Amino acid sequence: MADYTIKVRRYQPESGDPAYWEEFNVELDPSLSVLDGLLQAKDREDGSLAVRCSCRAAICGSCGMKVNGQSTLGCKTQIGEAQEQADKMASALGTTADVASTPIRGVGGGTEGTESGPDIETATIPAGGPVPIVIEPMGNMPVIKDLVTDMESTHWTKIRRVTPWLLPHGEAPEREYIVEPESMIDITQSMACIQCGACVSSCLSMEADPLFIGPAALAKAYRFVGDPRDAETSERLTDLAHDPHGIYDCTHCFSCVDACPKGVAPMDQIMRLRRKAGENGIEDPNSGHSHEMAFVNIIEKKGTLDESLLLQESFAPGVLGKLMPTKRAIKEMIGSLPTAVRGIKTGKMRSLPKLIPGVHHKLPGGAQDDVKAIYKHAEEHNEEFNLYIKGEEGELADEPDIEKGAERSTSPANAEAK
Amino acid sequence: MPSHDVLVIGAGLAGQRAALAAAEQGVSVGIVSKVHPVRSHSNAAQGGINAALNPDDSWESHAFDTVKGSDYLGDQDAIEIMAREAPEEILHMEHLGVTFHRNEEGKLGTRAFGGASAARTYYVADITGQAIMHVLYEQLMKYSEQITRYEEWFSSSLAIDENGECCGVVTRNVADGSMELFQAKSVILATGGSGQIWKPTTNALICNGDGIAMAYRVGAKLMDMEMIQYHPTTLAGKGFLITEGARGEGALLLNKNGERFMEKYAPNKMELASRDVVSRAEQTEINEGRGFPDGTVALDITVVPKKRIHEALREIVLVGRDFAGVDITREPIHIKPGNHYTMGGVKTDVEGRTDIPGLYAAGEVACVSVHGGNRLGANSLLDTLIFGKHSGRDAAARALRTDWSKPSGKVLEDEQAMIDDINGREKGSGRRVSEIKLELGQTMDGKVAVFRDEAGITEALETVRRLKEEAKTAYIDDHGSVFNQDLLGAIELGYMLDVAECSCIGALERKESRGAQYRTDYPERNDEEWLKHINLEKTDEGPEISYSEVTITQWQPEARTY
Repeated sequence: MADYTIKVRRYQPESGDPAYWEEFNVELDPSLSVLDGLLQAKDREDGSLAVRCSCRAAICGSCGMKVNGQSTLGCKTQIGEAQEQADKMASALGTTADVASTPIRGVGGGTEGTESGPDIETATIPAGGPVPIVIEPMGNMPVIKDLVTDMESTHWTKIRRVTPWLLPHGEAPEREYIVEPESMIDITQSMACIQCGACVSSCLSMEADPLFIGPAALAKAYRFVGDPRDAETSERLTDLAHDPHGIYDCTHCFSCVDACPKGVAPMDQIMRLRRKAGENGIEDPNSGHSHEMAFVNIIEKKGTLDESLLLQESFAPGVLGKLMPTKRAIKEMIGSLPTAVRGIKTGKMRSLPKLIPGVHHKLPGGAQDDVKAIYKHAEEHNEEFNLYIKGEEGELADEPDIEKGAERSTSPANAEAK
Repeated sequence: MPSHDVLVIGAGLAGQRAALAAAEQGVSVGIVSKVHPVRSHSNAAQGGINAALNPDDSWESHAFDTVKGSDYLGDQDAIEIMAREAPEEILHMEHLGVTFHRNEEGKLGTRAFGGASAARTYYVADITGQAIMHVLYEQLMKYSEQITRYEEWFSSSLAIDENGECCGVVTRNVADGSMELFQAKSVILATGGSGQIWKPTTNALICNGDGIAMAYRVGAKLMDMEMIQYHPTTLAGKGFLITEGARGEGALLLNKNGERFMEKYAPNKMELASRDVVSRAEQTEINEGRGFPDGTVALDITVVPKKRIHEALREIVLVGRDFAGVDITREPIHIKPGNHYTMGGVKTDVEGRTDIPGLYAAGEVACVSVHGGNRLGANSLLDTLIFGKHSGRDAAARALRTDWSKPSGKVLEDEQAMIDDINGREKGSGRRVSEIKLELGQTMDGKVAVFRDEAGITEALETVRRLKEEAKTAYIDDHGSVFNQDLLGAIELGYMLDVAECSCIGALERKESRGAQYRTDYPERNDEEWLKHINLEKTDEGPEISYSEVTITQWQPEARTY
């Protein structure tokens, strides 16, 4: 048994008051969960503390919430570990005040980017006190009450957006569909999704573009695209590639991979969708695929990213593109000029000369050959790295026959990354 | 007043399957669930679903295993239907999109499970329940024109018309607290079991016996309420489930001396004997001092190849790591028997019909009875689908030939009065609802568990009756309308106490040992006197006991060894 202070972001809609922080002292074994802590506070002190929960075992997906700013499941986060994390964050900031009083993203600032999230004053506690574990409702969603968010408007509508049911063609076979065993295991990774919303809560793209279909719904989409029984793969991919808020709206930040309590790795599923869209030759109006290919080709040629080539390679690739750009390519390139100017102004592109073709330096010595060797290796080892099949990196230590996690960075999935 | 030809209460596997089956008949369907459907407890079914689908297996073999597993208390007509229809149902689920495990030929592959004479368990890693339920929910989304979903609506009372037929239900919209009387020609209860009456339990916090109590309160008979399954492999203290699939994959049970103790209790089936047998063996080892100091024995999964563990027992790797701090691929994990499943429930026939016309029940809330005294692993998902389907079809057929009967508004007024009464209690007027729940859970786990006797059960019954009185003055903190979980918790406490009372009465009444009911004061099975179902019906003085015959088709009771 140990004592903990949990600091909960409360919002009681019927009180007419804005959201506020409230601390509860709870006493429980460190191996029990943050949800257990909340339930103890609810049982013993205040029954009005609202939190969705059911299974307590990370399978029902009810208790998505932020713990110390990180989107997760309350039942899957051990309270002892949450305390260590809170302590670490506080000491990193050189203060004994709690993390909620600091302007870390996602902590204490309320629900930025949501319509009905009330603004609240961040609280501080006297220096020298214990560091509380900070618990907030999920982000990117309106708050209904305390830790209960409106998932219908932000999560389920997007799930329904991806036509989330199998679309086989023709009559079902008399027995089962005969499919590759690996294909079923492959989509079982996205099937493992429990619709908790932690990835949606943590998604940076969705914060910038609330219309982004988002990590959960796109992972759900891959569950059908990767399913050999589904007959509308191409239609699905075209739909998701053409939507300006679709697969190319992901910025590869890994937040959803970190947040997902079930190892679904939604971003990996989005990358699979992109790859399949590319393989299927789907031309998208967002030029998402050609933009990705531009990165791949430039780095293969130069070793590092030559920004001066990026726009042209994205919209009018190759020598042919340069000599005879299509009307659309010209339009796109002109349309991108303000972005380029902004890039220079904000220092994202370091200097004007960098935009002149040919100025970009080459890698010294034989380094470019090493880069090419990496490409070659990646192409020869074109194998999906599916955590669901192979376990996590640490778990593979004594199984030399299985590819190590380190190879992940050279897998095609990442080589195509932007 | 929202109205549907068929109204389904509860949206786990049984409820969703019932809704889809009813909709296929062209009637209007509503499905009401107090949680979002995908939060339902069917999620927790890890290991798989049984069917004699292999050409060299037979439905008769599956049926016999189930009959034997039930300790001959299962009704064999119902068991035959379940075993016969299982293969078609599995294929139906596969066609809808369930990502069942495949063998090397790309066909459906199986794993071994307890109490079964063939490997006939079909599975999706160890998330079978979740995988099937999410696929059914996909179908609910697909057929949203035919099936209206009421997500996060809490049902509290069934409406009965002047002819004694069920014609609707009172529900509360959890989001804003508004109350509605739903009208229906047929109502299907699919609200799951009552595991929260025991603490610890593998069951979710939502499993409070809602439907069992609602049906009991309007006069439906309950059956075999003493039959409560303790699962052999749960984490001590927390009650988390470790799938039987682990033993199916070859994991061993060891006592503190490292002995594979199942050799003594079930020399043939060993770890894969029926659950009641394995749980009793473990509890005996623990009681006789051969368990670990924390009151457990060990489950050794390290004997299963690591790649296979990651492929087939992924969830258990996570449960071990996150909830016990154990890497199950490297070390044994400590487990003990824990409350898991309600074999008893609302008495129904094979079409899911209860004693009340228009009221159906399917899944764990119901007692058909296919599980009798002990449910076999991987038969619960099958039960939900098969009898969900039957209920949905029959409820739709009834709706098509029945006229609307308008429920009386009085049931809504009564419900509002009940809520006003709870809201009106002052803080300190009695005990906290949560305190009563805790005392109930500990009492039941202490006295009505793996081993029982008259003194213990009587003590539990007295405690339950005292708690029923205390519940009348128990107070809550939240008096609001929006997401008032405190109020719902108080209503659920009422359900739990009614069901607990019935479980105690049944356990006290059955003076023999059969399946999950092991009476140390009556240690033998007694077919002469007790090869019968115990039925309970509500009266003002408490549950009234009656009996009904066990249906036997082709398997006469025999001695049960594994």
